[in-house]
Amino acid sequence: MSHDTDLMTLHLKIWRQKNNKEKGEMVDYTLEKVSPDSSFLEMLDQLNEELVAKGIDPVAFDHDCREGICGMCSLMINGQAHGPEKETTTCQLHMRSFNDGDTVVIEPWRARAFPIHKDLMVDRSAFDKIIEAGGFVSVNTNNAQDANSILVPKENADLAMDAAACIGCAACVASCKNASAMLFVGAKVSQLALLPQGQAEAEQRVLNMVEKMDELGFGNCTNEAECEASCPKGIDISNIARMNREFLKSAVTSKK
Amino acid sequence: MLKRFLTVLTSSVMKKQAMGVSGLMLCGFLVTHLAGNCLIYVGPEAFNTYAHKLVTNPAIYLAEAVLALIFLTHIGLAAKLTIENKIARPTNYYMRQATGRGSTLASSTMPITGLIILIFLILHIIQFKFGPYYEATYDGVVMRDLYRLLIEYFSSPIAVAWYIFCMLALGLHVSHGFWSAFQSIGFNHPKYTPLLQLLSKLYAVAMTVGFSALPIYCYLQGAK
Repeated sequence: MSHDTDLMTLHLKIWRQKNNKEKGEMVDYTLEKVSPDSSFLEMLDQLNEELVAKGIDPVAFDHDCREGICGMCSLMINGQAHGPEKETTTCQLHMRSFNDGDTVVIEPWRARAFPIHKDLMVDRSAFDKIIEAGGFVSVNTNNAQDANSILVPKENADLAMDAAACIGCAACVASCKNASAMLFVGAKVSQLALLPQGQAEAEQRVLNMVEKMDELGFGNCTNEAECEASCPKGIDISNIARMNREFLKSAVTSKK
Repeated sequence: MLKRFLTVLTSSVMKKQAMGVSGLMLCGFLVTHLAGNCLIYVGPEAFNTYAHKLVTNPAIYLAEAVLALIFLTHIGLAAKLTIENKIARPTNYYMRQATGRGSTLASSTMPITGLIILIFLILHIIQFKFGPYYEATYDGVVMRDLYRLLIEYFSSPIAVAWYIFCMLALGLHVSHGFWSAFQSIGFNHPKYTPLLQLLSKLYAVAMTVGFSALPIYCYLQGAK
């Protein structure tokens, strides 16, 4: 439990935008009595309660599980995706990472492919469209087969699991200076390319997913690795290299 | 099938791969260019004869055309990719802070250092290839006295300083570009990538120091 003496006063600068059509702006708020034990989203809840009490429209932001696994929370905090802590989603970020009297700048993810719904909420359905383009394995549903009938080397299973840790939060796009989605697509291509189950459709998958990614208006990777540094799940850029070579391989072997 | 071929060819991944391959070829050109220029240390006759043999070889036209094509590919794609990347984020952040775990000075300034190198390249060709023409005769063969032009040009400390400034930009550019090309092509290995990144830095230092030493030497020769 924190004591009253630990409570902080924060100066918040938050992006407010009524809807996708209207222009937005940074608005200043001062929030008092913020517990260092509260999470970043609880701090925003506290602000919203005050705003509602004053009859002001509360700040809209995305969130769901608040356990760091759903990928719904976003927020650019002081110029960094998901804030200053390594491998931490916004919902798992706590106010003890800030000091009394700090100014905290809160913005939505910014990318052409992610139009703003309202305030800090952006439309990330572009990621769904990329997955729909091939980020799955087609299976005929029937009785599940024996788990040991398809053998997977431990190293490959581990690498596939590392890639599959992606929660699709889009911090990679938000932190990339080019708004590139290559870490996301690289992770989704990799998790299936590394497993036997993904092999059958591997060729078309990478071509289709990259084609969709380009069509949606994401930028091009310049290998700066800010995505890797900002990823709450620590997914590394070797997945982008894997996508690049899978792409090259498929480009020259694809029969379609 | 043709549509797929075109989409693949114009895709982000392919553009990056072309960028990487052309960049690596240019890295190779830098090495041969530096090696040839080192004949300046041997003396006027060795350097001028080398330059003469190079430009009088009929294959030079083909070599120059290929080199120009590589340069144009790299520069053209760089411009296209940079513009596309700007369009991908129409509204900039109010505040932006690097994590300190990803981007470097070299990686974040690629378009700027690239532009400096481009300006340098244009001036470099105008100043030397199409610059003042002096003649020298060795063993009865009349050839261009490029050595004299170098000594004259680099007698100005400003010319030397500009040259070194551009070579620092070049070093910064290739220190990210060299290893980055491998990543774009699809080569990333837990053991070899860190080595490649180290090699990238060493290559950058070698190019910057190697090329910068030439104008300093010319300046000192001229001052004699």
